[in-house]
Amino acid sequence: MNRNWLIDWSLRAYVILALAFVFAPIAASFVFSFNADRFPSLPLGGFSLRWYEAIAEDPLVWEGLRNSVVVGICASLLSTALGFAAAYTDFRYRFFGKPLYLALALLPPTIPVVIMGLAMLAFLSRVSLSGEIHSVIISHVVMCSPFAMAIIRMRLSQMDPSLEAAAWNLGAGEWRAMFHVIVPFARPAIFAALFITMAVSFDEFAVAWFVSGLNETLPVRILGFLQGQVSPRINAIGTIVFLTTMTLVILAQVLLMSRSGGVDETPRRQEP
Amino acid sequence: MAESLVVFDNVEKRFGDTIAVDRMNLDIRKGEFLVIMGSSGCGKTTTLRMLAGLDAPTQGEIRLDGRRINDLATWRRDTPMVWQSLALFPFLDVLQNVEFGLKMRGMDRARRRGKAMEWLDRMGIAEFARRDISQLSGGQRQRVALARSLVTEPEILLLDEPLSSLDAHLKVRMQAILSNLQKELGITFVYVTHSQSEAFAMGDRIVIMSRGRIEQIGAPVEIYRTPHNHFVAEFLGSSNIFQGRMAPMDGGLLPIETGQGRFYVNASGAGGKQEGASTTFVVGNDRMVLSEEQPADARNVLEGRVIGEEFVGATVTIHIETDDGQEIRAQKSHDEIAHLNTDVSTRIFVSWLPESAYVLPGE
Repeated sequence: MNRNWLIDWSLRAYVILALAFVFAPIAASFVFSFNADRFPSLPLGGFSLRWYEAIAEDPLVWEGLRNSVVVGICASLLSTALGFAAAYTDFRYRFFGKPLYLALALLPPTIPVVIMGLAMLAFLSRVSLSGEIHSVIISHVVMCSPFAMAIIRMRLSQMDPSLEAAAWNLGAGEWRAMFHVIVPFARPAIFAALFITMAVSFDEFAVAWFVSGLNETLPVRILGFLQGQVSPRINAIGTIVFLTTMTLVILAQVLLMSRSGGVDETPRRQEP
Repeated sequence: MAESLVVFDNVEKRFGDTIAVDRMNLDIRKGEFLVIMGSSGCGKTTTLRMLAGLDAPTQGEIRLDGRRINDLATWRRDTPMVWQSLALFPFLDVLQNVEFGLKMRGMDRARRRGKAMEWLDRMGIAEFARRDISQLSGGQRQRVALARSLVTEPEILLLDEPLSSLDAHLKVRMQAILSNLQKELGITFVYVTHSQSEAFAMGDRIVIMSRGRIEQIGAPVEIYRTPHNHFVAEFLGSSNIFQGRMAPMDGGLLPIETGQGRFYVNASGAGGKQEGASTTFVVGNDRMVLSEEQPADARNVLEGRVIGEEFVGATVTIHIETDDGQEIRAQKSHDEIAHLNTDVSTRIFVSWLPESAYVLPGE
């Protein structure tokens, strides 16, 4: 093809610059987390793992991590279950006010997090549920369910609606059809939803800051550190959080991109 | 007459304001291959779905073996269906698909595997037992779908246009397979289609539906030669339709006065109708005789111009337009018209014998 090389290369340069701009802060944080110097400045000091050692020795970091992991696992399980139920409702039933139902189910991520955090705090303290680790779980379920629903709904929309009816027709009651047909079909999306919601929960700061009380999650703890002192430890924690989240998101992407899902119900056995 | 397996007793199905099936009465006999045919939206698929228990009748009663099944959940009946999309489970392999029905009925693993393999063997696809559905060809998938439905050894099999996605060649082969299978098993097949060729190739009896009603039930030849009414004749497209009024009897023949002239039919066709009554009669496309000269002794003659011809394998359908604009179709073998000039716009005479005409009883 006869294209102008100048335009061609300018476009490439533009894309590279845009990506560099986005990832520079993260890359900087990554690089400086291994820097021996106290202050982030160029040229770099020697390579060092001292900041990682420092956070590994800090019980507060461990507690924050533990809270984050507990919240992440509970919130992802609950919000994926809720999201699946909501997506299945959309797939299976037609009812009055369905567009409204869908809009409401997908609404939470569009609410500014500060407002969401305040509202959750006000509500949870009214019903005496605030300041505990389950407060963070509840809030994160509210925030994560729409993501789970969107992912699972997309998968169900690719399903031939007669598949479920075929299962009934072959003698499966509604619950058995659900577990033998709908869930296996949606399985890749269900796992993707688990990973994505866990990533969202693991990263979430604002709402957790409002409702966590003394049970701070890792992002809340990081801000606590920042307010106290600027230390390269922040870079080390940031790197860990970033890598964790990226791993979860990449796992979810891989699951969603594999065409049939590639997950079989039972392991293959060699039979005559 | 063979025993009834399924009875539709005044069954009506409404979706909101639309009537999908309108007070249907239908007996489905044990061991017959029944084809329900009609264009889309005629209620044929709804009829099948009610039989499978996927839709419940609004009114009336459906009985299977004398037992009312209106409100019996679909998973409690043994009325397996072969779906238009086949609806094979993509996350299971061939064997797992076939054994699904047995697994849901609680048969233990070893027995259901054995049975499923038996059916795969019978359908000639045993070697693919461990393949994924996506690795199979269209014809192989059809067989998997059939095996999956038949593995529970039901009394009745429902088929919802299962061949519509196949190419013509494969379609003909699958028709033969289905037909033989039904004879071998001796169970009832209820087959829904919009395709005449499928219906005539396989059906013992054909039900023609339109707008939720049954227009005619009968053996293929019966429907083909003696359509009940204008709708059936036109739907099949195998006959030329003429409308007119009865005139007084004339020498053992019944004259009918139409816009195109006076035509004679056999007196037995009058069906108790009075002189002057409005009448419709049909003449099969293949009963039309073509000639270049005016036939001297023919009683029913029309003159027109050839407007086109259409090859359908061994036969040719010649389309002729009469001077007053009616289109006549004549279906002939290649030999029969070899001596005729059938170029477009050639003038040609069409004639037929009085006994070739059939007066529609339902008009």
